[in-house]
Amino acid sequence: MLKTFPKGGIHPPENKLTADRPIVILPVPSQVTVPVSQHIGAPAVPVVEKGAAVKAGQLIAQAKGFVSTNIHSPVSGKVNKIDTVVDTTGYKQTAVVIDAEGDEWVETIDRSAALVKEITLSREQIIERCQQCGLVGMGGATFPTHIKLTVPAGKKCDMLIINGVECEPYLTSDHRLMLEKGAEVLTGVSIIMKALGVENAVIGIEANKPDAISQLTELAKDFKGITVQPLKVKYPQGGEKQLIKACTGREVPSGGLPVDVGVVVQNVGTSFAVYEAVQKNKPLFERVVTVTGKSVKNPGNFMVRVGTPVTALIEAAGGMPDDTGKVVNGGPMMGKALAITDVPVTKGTSGIIMFPADASKRAEVMPCIRCGKCSSACAMGLEPWLISVLGQKAMYEKAEQEKITDCMECGACAYTCPAKRPLLDYIRLGKATVIRMARERVTK
Amino acid sequence: MSNILNVSPSPHQQSAETTRKLMLGVVIALAPALAASVWYFGLGAIIVTLVSVVSCVAVEYLIQKFILKTKPSVSDGSAIVTGLLLAFNVPSNLPVHIIIIGAIVSIGVAKMTFGGLGNNPFNPALVGRVFLLISFPVQMTSWPVPSGFNTGYTDAVTGATPLAIMSEGIKNGEAVSALMEKIPSHMQLFYGYMGGSMGEIAAVALILGGLYMIWRKIITWHIPVTILLTVAVFTGILWAVDPTKYADPLFHLLTGGIMLGAIFMATDYVTSPMTAKGMIIYGIGIGVITVLIRTWGAYPEGVSFAILIMNSFVPLLNMYIKPKRFGKEVKHG
Repeated sequence: MLKTFPKGGIHPPENKLTADRPIVILPVPSQVTVPVSQHIGAPAVPVVEKGAAVKAGQLIAQAKGFVSTNIHSPVSGKVNKIDTVVDTTGYKQTAVVIDAEGDEWVETIDRSAALVKEITLSREQIIERCQQCGLVGMGGATFPTHIKLTVPAGKKCDMLIINGVECEPYLTSDHRLMLEKGAEVLTGVSIIMKALGVENAVIGIEANKPDAISQLTELAKDFKGITVQPLKVKYPQGGEKQLIKACTGREVPSGGLPVDVGVVVQNVGTSFAVYEAVQKNKPLFERVVTVTGKSVKNPGNFMVRVGTPVTALIEAAGGMPDDTGKVVNGGPMMGKALAITDVPVTKGTSGIIMFPADASKRAEVMPCIRCGKCSSACAMGLEPWLISVLGQKAMYEKAEQEKITDCMECGACAYTCPAKRPLLDYIRLGKATVIRMARERVTK
Repeated sequence: MSNILNVSPSPHQQSAETTRKLMLGVVIALAPALAASVWYFGLGAIIVTLVSVVSCVAVEYLIQKFILKTKPSVSDGSAIVTGLLLAFNVPSNLPVHIIIIGAIVSIGVAKMTFGGLGNNPFNPALVGRVFLLISFPVQMTSWPVPSGFNTGYTDAVTGATPLAIMSEGIKNGEAVSALMEKIPSHMQLFYGYMGGSMGEIAAVALILGGLYMIWRKIITWHIPVTILLTVAVFTGILWAVDPTKYADPLFHLLTGGIMLGAIFMATDYVTSPMTAKGMIIYGIGIGVITVLIRTWGAYPEGVSFAILIMNSFVPLLNMYIKPKRFGKEVKHG
């Protein structure tokens, strides 16, 4: 039986053009630009000087505080400069620019491809290792992993859910990882289970990836407590709360965290990173990125070093098609449009999608006909038409009562609207203001 | 790389569904009923439909162009749908000038006065119909007897609708079973062989259109099913109490405007609730009011009034009937 979440959801065209393209290792670029903030939380502080020689895996920026992560050099070479650059979000931030020479890794990293299944580290050591290795949630949110693995005092976690949903159209990096690194991913899952002290883990995978489902189901027989749960294809099933609901029936309370219902969710990519960090002592400095688009010549999945310019990735996929009108970092539903492509890949870059010009502009906005399709599509049980108007008209108190802060900005409402209204734009505006107002209330 | 890139917030793709496509879908769904109407009422049905659609579109265009001085938006197709529905709600022998007045009231008063598409509280076509019913009671209740292409236009032979025969007869103390003899069989009613507004008669064609709209996801089942079920249950209870004084539920479902109302009029997006729960309350309201008017009211038919009355509750229903929020009930694992 396929499970899914009960309320709302949409079925955008899947367009998984790269599902059968094996992961290709992209050659080390001649220069990398490594931003010090690739995660949620405080930016890391650079610990290398201009001209310093570094090896791949060497710490180049130290986490600042608990909610922050370490940044490691993705290449070996010399620090060219520490400069202010524009990152994928379009904002400027500090980055360490390194000229690559050869590909020498820090000696402590086990570079062999052999699978290491036995977990020797203790619970505390695992969490510490994740912190040292700069692990973040690879699904896109980039929340520091060591915090997620630390169950807050007074809370109890009895289950781990692994997000293998990849419900965003086009993206296939998690899919390929499950197919090609299944055993490593499952070992990573076992490590996370140990860190959390849970006996059970469920890997949620949508039914449009039958090969990944059968592959992991088969492999999971050798791992204790791990089961694979096939899920009905429905966006936004990769949303944490929706995935928990789909897999367990538990409902995370409004404003709460998964751990409030005894669950921690980690992404497939994160599980692989945990494996590499704990078993191979390898910091997070490379990841799988899907580079795709309908008119892209050679779309594919690439293993790339963090800091690689997006332009290099686009070149690897056959160059930017002439008709390109928009480049999106991430999925088409929640990703961010890039103004320039000369920006570095970060730990959170799951995909680069190139849209033709005719698909890159929004359709003409018509009046709301109150069809209610947005309410039907909302997986959080909100009324997007209402909270959007409340945001637009600056009626923030009312918007707060209507639970605007529950919105996860999945975009299902704006996708489904037949009048093409920019629902999510105004909801974002309202949500940001409501959150700010709530913070001010607390500090007063 | 010389591409100039567009930047906008997510989502970066939109569904293929548009307002225009939805309206076109409604037009397609109305096609079987229109065909049935032409089959039974001939030329009159064609003239009434054409006049109504053209005048509705023209009125909207002229108001936007010359009074509001905004970009005309008739291409969204909503005026075409209103025109069709207005035509469906009047007899096929209605003179041209009365139809045009109906169109002016529907679009001019009931729709554009409130700000055009999306802002009207009442179903425009029904406002037009009720206006005409009150202003031209004779013309609006002289129903051509269906005789195919032999049916004339304004010189058509007319007769009473089954509902009128029933309502009049019961008031005169005649038994329902005797009255049933005077009206077509249930099967004939199902196929639409009866007098009535041009688009309301053929239940089979309307149901076909409704199923198409549900399949095309233009409407959900909630409103039509609730209305029809409510009418069936309410009239069923009355019928069970005294079958000599009250007609059977099937008769009620197959006659008058209930099918047209439940499937096409009450489901108008703008004037119906936006949540499933709201839709069910709205549907029950329409069903109950319809039966009340039919059974104890002055008019033999009450669907139009019932829908308009419930239209006025829609803002309240939208405000107080909320979807079930995710994570409202805290469950600890």
